[in-house]
This record gives sequence, C-alpha cells and structure tokens, in this order.
Amino acid sequence: MEERGMRHSRRDVLGLLLAGVSGLLVIVALGMVFLYAPREVTMGDVQRIFYFHVASAWVGFFGFFVTFAAGIGYLITARRSWDIVGLSSVEIGLTFIIMTVITGALWAKPVWGTYWTWEPRLTISAVQLLIYVAYGMLRASIESPEREARFAAVYGIVAFVTVPLSWFAIRWWRTIHPDVLTGGEGMAITPRMVQTLLTSIAAFTLVYATLLRQRMRLERSADALTRLQLRVERERSFS
Amino acid sequence: MSFLKKVLAIVEKDIAAELHTKEMVSAMLVFSALALLIFSFALDLRGEVAEAAAPGVLWTTIAFAGTLGLSRSMAREEQSGCIDGLLLAPVDRTAIFFGKVAGNLLFTAVVEAALLPLFSVLFDVALLRPRIFLVLALGTLGYAVVGTLLAAIAVNTRAREVMLPVLLLPLAVPVLIGAVRATGGLVEGATLTEVAGWIRILVVYDLVILAVSLLTFSYIVEE
Repeated sequence: MEERGMRHSRRDVLGLLLAGVSGLLVIVALGMVFLYAPREVTMGDVQRIFYFHVASAWVGFFGFFVTFAAGIGYLITARRSWDIVGLSSVEIGLTFIIMTVITGALWAKPVWGTYWTWEPRLTISAVQLLIYVAYGMLRASIESPEREARFAAVYGIVAFVTVPLSWFAIRWWRTIHPDVLTGGEGMAITPRMVQTLLTSIAAFTLVYATLLRQRMRLERSADALTRLQLRVERERSFS
Repeated sequence: MSFLKKVLAIVEKDIAAELHTKEMVSAMLVFSALALLIFSFALDLRGEVAEAAAPGVLWTTIAFAGTLGLSRSMAREEQSGCIDGLLLAPVDRTAIFFGKVAGNLLFTAVVEAALLPLFSVLFDVALLRPRIFLVLALGTLGYAVVGTLLAAIAVNTRAREVMLPVLLLPLAVPVLIGAVRATGGLVEGATLTEVAGWIRILVVYDLVILAVSLLTFSYIVEE
C-alpha cells in the first residue's frame, strides 16, 4: 500500500509532457484562429469562434464515446480502472459540451439575431448536456461503489446509443445550421480555414487527454486515501 | 417451462397484483385526466389550437403518466421482495425483462385506451384512427422498453421516483419527436407513407433499445 502511495507522489512524466504539448498546441491554434485564418466574408470576425466551437463539440462527443467504451469494458471485466475512465471522461465531456452550447449561443446572436435557436447541432449538444448531467446525478445517488460503477456503465452505454437517433430525429425536425464543410448555405471555406480547424481539434483533443490523465490520477489517489483511512481506523480499533 | 410461458407467468403475476391493489392504472388514469385539464387551461385548447397542439399534449401526457406507472411497477417488486424471488427462480433474466416490459406495455395500453376517446371528445380532434394506433403502439413500445430498464436502475438509487424521469426523458427524445411528428402528420390527414420517415425512426429506436436493454439488463439485477 505504501508503494501505491509513493507511486502517486512521484513525478508523472507522461502527464507533464501531455500538459506541455497540449498547452503549446493551444497557443498555436489560438494564433492560427486570429492571425492565420482569413476573415469570413459574410459573418466577419464572429465566425472565428467556429474553430473552438466545433473543436469542443468534437471533444464532448468523443468524451462520451470513451465513457460508452469504458462502460462496455467495465461490464465485461468488472475492473475499477474502467469505471475511473468512464467517470473521468464524462466530467470532461460535460465541460466541453457546456463550452459548445455557450460558444454556439455567442455565435448565434450576431449571425441569426438570437442567442438560442432550435438548430439541430445546438439542440443535440443540449440533449447530451442533460443526459450526462443525469449520469452524474445517478452516480451521486447510489451508495454502494460497486453498484454505482455497474449502473453508470449501463446508463453510459444506453445513453450513448440514443444520441445518434436523437440527432437524426432533431435534424429532421429543424435545419438552419450553416452546412460548413460541404459548402452548402453559409460559409465560404478556404484551405487555411480547414487547417486552422484541424489544428484546433488536435489541440482540444490533447487538452482532453491531459485532463483525462489528471482526473484519473485524482480518482486513484482518492481510492488510495480511502484505503489508508480504512487501515488507520482498523489499527485504531485494535489498539 | 418454455420461455414464453415464463414471460406470461410474470405478466400474470403483475396483472394479479394490479387487480388486487388497482393503484397503478388508477393513478395513471387520474393523472392523465388531470394533465388534459391542466393543458386545456394552459394552452386554451379549442379549434385549430387544439388540433395543432394535440400530438404534443397527447405524448407529453403519455410520457409523464408512463413514468408514474414504470416507477410504481419496479418499486412494488422491490418493496414486496418479489424481485429477489424472481432472481432466485430458474428463469432467464431476459424472461424477467420481457415480462416486466409486457406488463408495463399492457398497463400503459389500458390508460391509452381510455385517454384517446377522452381526448377526442374533449378537444374534438380525430385521434381514433387505426394509423394513429400504429404510431401509438410503436412509440409506447420503445418508451416502455427503455423505461423498464431505467426504472430498474432508478429503484435502487436514493432518490428513487425522482430519478426515473431525469434518466428517462433525455433518452426518450427520439421516441417523443418521432411519435409527435407522426401523430401530427396523421391528425392533419397525411397518409402512412407521408410520415414513413418518422415511423422508421420509431421502429429503429425500438429495435436498437430492445437489443441494448436485453444485453445490459442482467447487469442491473445481478446482486
């Protein structure tokens, strides 16, 4: 048990490396968004929020996908490490989905004249937000840790499966989003814009990886602490 | 005992319990009537407004009344200790799941059978058509399947009844959109082929959620 405690206090080289590289890439992406990418013709500078908006939507969805996969992993192996992946990834995914909804609203105001439109991509982000807030509430209201992990895994799987169906249903129901990459209505897309977008997505994905690693370490430390506390209590009750 | 017989035995048990107490269906019925009353105050449901709002009002009422029935049905299993007996019995977990789904479907269908004529009379909207019954059946099936699965989760949490709608409603978004759109189209006199896209969404949802529920249900009840 001491060994485990020691391992956590040692310097986490991969974590530091991830943090450094993702920090650097975020700066590069920021530079590209403001200096490299051209000014969009019809929407003007407002459109620059698009690069981070799309990147955070991607990371949010990806985070929930990881929770889905970790849920399957947990149900098959019943190992705590899969549960830690799942719960950490949901928290980060939620953060990014909140960012998606906020940046979407900020973008919608000058372009469509209103903060909120029931536009499919914005709506599906809001649905995902509510689903994974429910996931958090579910975890918080179960006492047994083993049962919490099991139920959360099942909910993470069932919830993720409904997301594509919700997406199709919502898209059918409303469509006014600029069809960005296929060049439909809305935006004129240039190679520089695509490069900037890809850099932003790469940067945000690395930020996700960094946060995931730290959040998982935190959870493992919390587990180690609980074990130590239990041991202290046991020893005290003997003496 | 064949698989079907086991499923039917569980449904029979639920019907017997319900006939004895009558608490579930009666609560759902009274709640549905109250919901219609509240909606008619809130939206002033007359004439064209009633026809435009009918599908939404109908499905909202079914969804909320459904959560009442679903959580009651699982809470009864827990409180009576009946679920432990079922799990000890030499019965496949999927048989238990199908049995509970069938029971919930049956009780919801009873409520719908009363709700639809009442709705048609009160708001003068022609809902009593075979095409609408098809949409009703598909929508209710998907809702009952995912609802039964999540009710089995919710009943084991501290918040219990409060937890079910929070877990269920965001996952039922495709059913609700599909069912409301299809019903809306049919109320306006569209043919089945004109709303085929929405019906397809309902069918796909039903199949997908049934498959996922069957795969995961045993993990919820394992103890």
